[in-house]
Amino acid sequence: MKQLIAFVNKEFRHIFRDSRTLLVIIGIPIVQILLFGFAINMEVQDIRVAFYDPTPDAFTKGITDQIRQNVYFNYQGKVNSMDEMEVAMRKGKLDLAVVFQQDFQESMVHSGKAAVQLLSNSSDPNRGSIAVNYATAIIADYQKEQMNISQIPFQIQTENRMIYNPLMKSSYMFVPGIMGLVMMIICTIMTSVSIVREKERGTMEVLLASPLKHGTMIFAKTIPYMVISFIDFIIIVLLSYFVLDVPVNGSLFLLSLIAIIYIVLSLSYGLTISTLVDKQVNAVIISAITAMLPVLMLSGMIFPIDNMPKILQALSTIVPARWFIDVVRKVMIQGQGFMMVWKETLALIGMILLLLGITIFNTKKRLE
Amino acid sequence: MMNENVIEVSNLTKKFGHFTAVDHISFNVKKGEIFGFLGANGAGKTTAMQMLCGISMPTEGKGTVAGFDIFKENEKIKRNIGYMSQKFSLYEDLRVWENIRLFGGIYGLSDKVIAKKTDELLEELHFQHERNTLVKYLPLGWKQKLAFSVAIFHEPNIVFLDEPTGGVDPAMRRQFWEMIYAASDRGITVFVTTHYMDEAEYCNRVSIMVDGRIDALDSPAALRSQYNAESMDEVFRQLARKAKRVD
Repeated sequence: MKQLIAFVNKEFRHIFRDSRTLLVIIGIPIVQILLFGFAINMEVQDIRVAFYDPTPDAFTKGITDQIRQNVYFNYQGKVNSMDEMEVAMRKGKLDLAVVFQQDFQESMVHSGKAAVQLLSNSSDPNRGSIAVNYATAIIADYQKEQMNISQIPFQIQTENRMIYNPLMKSSYMFVPGIMGLVMMIICTIMTSVSIVREKERGTMEVLLASPLKHGTMIFAKTIPYMVISFIDFIIIVLLSYFVLDVPVNGSLFLLSLIAIIYIVLSLSYGLTISTLVDKQVNAVIISAITAMLPVLMLSGMIFPIDNMPKILQALSTIVPARWFIDVVRKVMIQGQGFMMVWKETLALIGMILLLLGITIFNTKKRLE
Repeated sequence: MMNENVIEVSNLTKKFGHFTAVDHISFNVKKGEIFGFLGANGAGKTTAMQMLCGISMPTEGKGTVAGFDIFKENEKIKRNIGYMSQKFSLYEDLRVWENIRLFGGIYGLSDKVIAKKTDELLEELHFQHERNTLVKYLPLGWKQKLAFSVAIFHEPNIVFLDEPTGGVDPAMRRQFWEMIYAASDRGITVFVTTHYMDEAEYCNRVSIMVDGRIDALDSPAALRSQYNAESMDEVFRQLARKAKRVD
């Protein structure tokens, strides 16, 4: 224990004495979140909306009124055909079209469900997706309200279609994405570099010849980065919530738990890299290529996985950030519970075990 | 000098695949002795030393260090030795006292003992004013002296020094060797590798490794007369010439 404390102390000193390291671990999350956040998430007011309602009834009128009254929407009127709607959208006069199904009320009463289509003009992807999210929320509220009144279970199915931008980008993708990126950078690169630095400078040999247990040393090395990454996670959540208005709809506890699992995963990966190389430069290069690039390219943070070629989709399944970002989106944005994310969580834990296994195997081999 | 052996090694061997880095070496080192461990680059010195320090597992042979078996008790060995590596082995971005504290902590000394011994050590080295200096700002010779002091801070039975004076100027080397003598007088056995043959003369006994084997082992005076040489340098050259391995 005493050894551990002495060593953790040392690690924190290494970090706080190196202004560049400090800049990376505190500066990156703040800059990234603000940069991405403000570049993408500008104004989401004045959403121009039109309705196509072939068979008006009490329900469709109710939904129409709810959306019309909402401050974020700017009512443009009703259209009389899908063609008319499409023309208006193509001219850029509409952000969102709400299309009710034929005989909405009848379908609702007889089969307990009815469908409404939300067509968003996603040439401005952020605006399009936010428009859809708002409308979906309003319709969900309306449904709840009606169910309370009528006591009959029914379901309004919303179907979203993004038009004019098949490469859907969403600002809500970015916050989870930045979390995935920042923690990967800090944990993987910093841990691998800090261990490899000891090898390179020769201090590792002295530690090996000391009674300090290998496990204690590794554990002590990872603690500061674990703490710092968690602080970064908190910074990102706070900035997202207060500055970017990204909601935290799900359980904060669950979100933190997932973050910790992902941090441990990134640290494990850093450890794995540190067993493979002897030079700091190589540690940085390998971390950057195998940890950072996949987060940017294959995690769904920037490019949606659904639009990738099959082979890249398959490749993305081994990118931890893909699962992490998925879980964060589900928990943070969609407010889902553990039952909806346990599979992804399990995948992350599986990866941790695999990486730690490889690390231990490599270390044993090296010491023989 | 007492006649108790603190290192006993027989037929110690280390193979990496088909390459035999250390080939059946046998020797004893007595308590308080300054034992010079010489050999050209690639002769197997570092590997042999790592086996004695419990860093590397021997392939064959047997041996004890500080009374502990090098196969089974390397954790105990590590507690009873000090080690100073070829590369500078302190942390450059830590202050002088922080380095001392760290290694004191690693060797399980209490805070009180560490504080007391730190004061003593700094006084002895006339280092008090450098207590808060980052190690990277110290001149090389001072760094090496500090590294040596840290390596014996926990009063080990044996201290292993891997080319401790590389790149240090002659005056500083002389001072460094005075520290080694002082440690030896206190009963600490010193196991040292070096490339400087004048330093070999300072040792009580010297072994010379060639191609993984120990080809000569005796006091410097005995070796000189055995090889009919003027100096250790000449002894070393005669032996090293036989080496088949090229670094």
